[in-house]
Amino acid sequence: MENSVLPDSFKQARESKGIGKVEDQNDPVTMVLGLKDVRKCAHNWKTFQSGAKPGRIVIPSEVNIRETRQIPFEVDPPAHKGFRDLIDPWFKRPLESDYQAQLKSIIDDIIDHSLQQDSVEVVGEFALKLQSRALTVLLNIPYEESELWIGWGKHVFRSEDTDLDGDKAAILYDYIDAQIDKTAANLDQSLYALLLNSEVNGKKLSKEEIKGVMILTFAGGRDTIINAVTNSIAYFSEHPESLTQLAENPDMSSIAVEELIRYFSPLTHMGRVATEDTQVCEHAVKADTRISLCWASANRDERVFENPNEVVLDRKVNPHVGFGFGTHNCLGATHARQLLNILITSLAEKVSTMEIQSQQDNVEDWGEFQRKVGYDSLNVKFTARKY
Amino acid sequence: MAKITFIDSNKIEITVEADSGSVMELAVQNGISGIDGDCGGVCSCATCHVHVAAEDMDKVGAANEIEQDMLELDDNVNEFSRLCCQIQISEQLDGVTLTVAAE
Repeated sequence: MENSVLPDSFKQARESKGIGKVEDQNDPVTMVLGLKDVRKCAHNWKTFQSGAKPGRIVIPSEVNIRETRQIPFEVDPPAHKGFRDLIDPWFKRPLESDYQAQLKSIIDDIIDHSLQQDSVEVVGEFALKLQSRALTVLLNIPYEESELWIGWGKHVFRSEDTDLDGDKAAILYDYIDAQIDKTAANLDQSLYALLLNSEVNGKKLSKEEIKGVMILTFAGGRDTIINAVTNSIAYFSEHPESLTQLAENPDMSSIAVEELIRYFSPLTHMGRVATEDTQVCEHAVKADTRISLCWASANRDERVFENPNEVVLDRKVNPHVGFGFGTHNCLGATHARQLLNILITSLAEKVSTMEIQSQQDNVEDWGEFQRKVGYDSLNVKFTARKY
Repeated sequence: MAKITFIDSNKIEITVEADSGSVMELAVQNGISGIDGDCGGVCSCATCHVHVAAEDMDKVGAANEIEQDMLELDDNVNEFSRLCCQIQISEQLDGVTLTVAAE
């Protein structure tokens, strides 16, 4: 019962210092580890800004592979609000029943297909396909487009041998440029068209701004959803009793999703740049240096969560930061929540057992911390529930 | 059965009834503008912030520490603030008025 465990790599540093340090391309990062500190820093966008040089708040830094500012992610208030107000209603569409029906159809197809195989490599054959197909619903574009994205592989920016692959990133950026031009010539009902038709803060969005929103939408929801889906399959493989619990209590699926997000923390951390000399946990942070808000550590803070290293699917009070916190909380959270909710509900309905046959863990290297965030590969045998 | 009055984000007064569940769930079921309840009621998202009418504070009660920690970082917090996912509906709440806090 060890294969699906995601250990808390930060416990000792969180308890003793409250911070950690990681080197990144000569731009070191002070990682903030405790839940309250993470929330305070996330809230304080004036001192810990997102609107730094594009790519710098991402860790590892993308300043060498990206010039386009991701929007609204890398814009601070007050300009942030206009962008966020424009696109928030679009990103709340997952609350509509038609949208949920489309997601359910995509998810049921993948589960039904998996039940017919002797073995499924979950990262590439299940999670990547699910993420890509679901993204067509979020963008409101034809389903077939997902085939191209699936062909790009598991990571938008990463190749086998490097964490940051400029050539691979260029594929995405060039693709988005072409899609914006194509939509401008023939307006449809997609997110591209919404952005092309809109004004923010009194003026039409530039192509660069539209590109910034689209890069965020593609990149922010790729590894994260793949990690969340793959970890969910691994967890339920080793906890069939939890699947039964969900099948018997379908009403608990939404709080179960929150607990899975807390435990998995699909995005380990996100950076900010200090705008002034300040301090975090009594450690000096100099102006123009980076901190990171370590969601993964905060979500295991024993001062807030009872039994933080256990998945308690019906955890009632769960103030996790798996979708971030404050001004820049996750734009795609509504989509991700619905996707995971439908996924675990359908798994509970259709699947009796999942058996892990082999796995290769994806362990991130953050200086003094090595954190398992998911899997490079996970081979699973799915068996149908018999009624 | 408890009658609960919401004053939504458009300043419109709406009174609804329930006998169980959380106040956030009641608000979402009745489409109260300004109450989103994104996290489903686990005190993670702070999208169900209300101000309790001063005279109703005794009936509703104060926030616990975890809820207070969330509220503390909300720009519109005051002494009457609650996250209504953490308020359970009972007879005791009959007649209370909750004003949706501004974003």
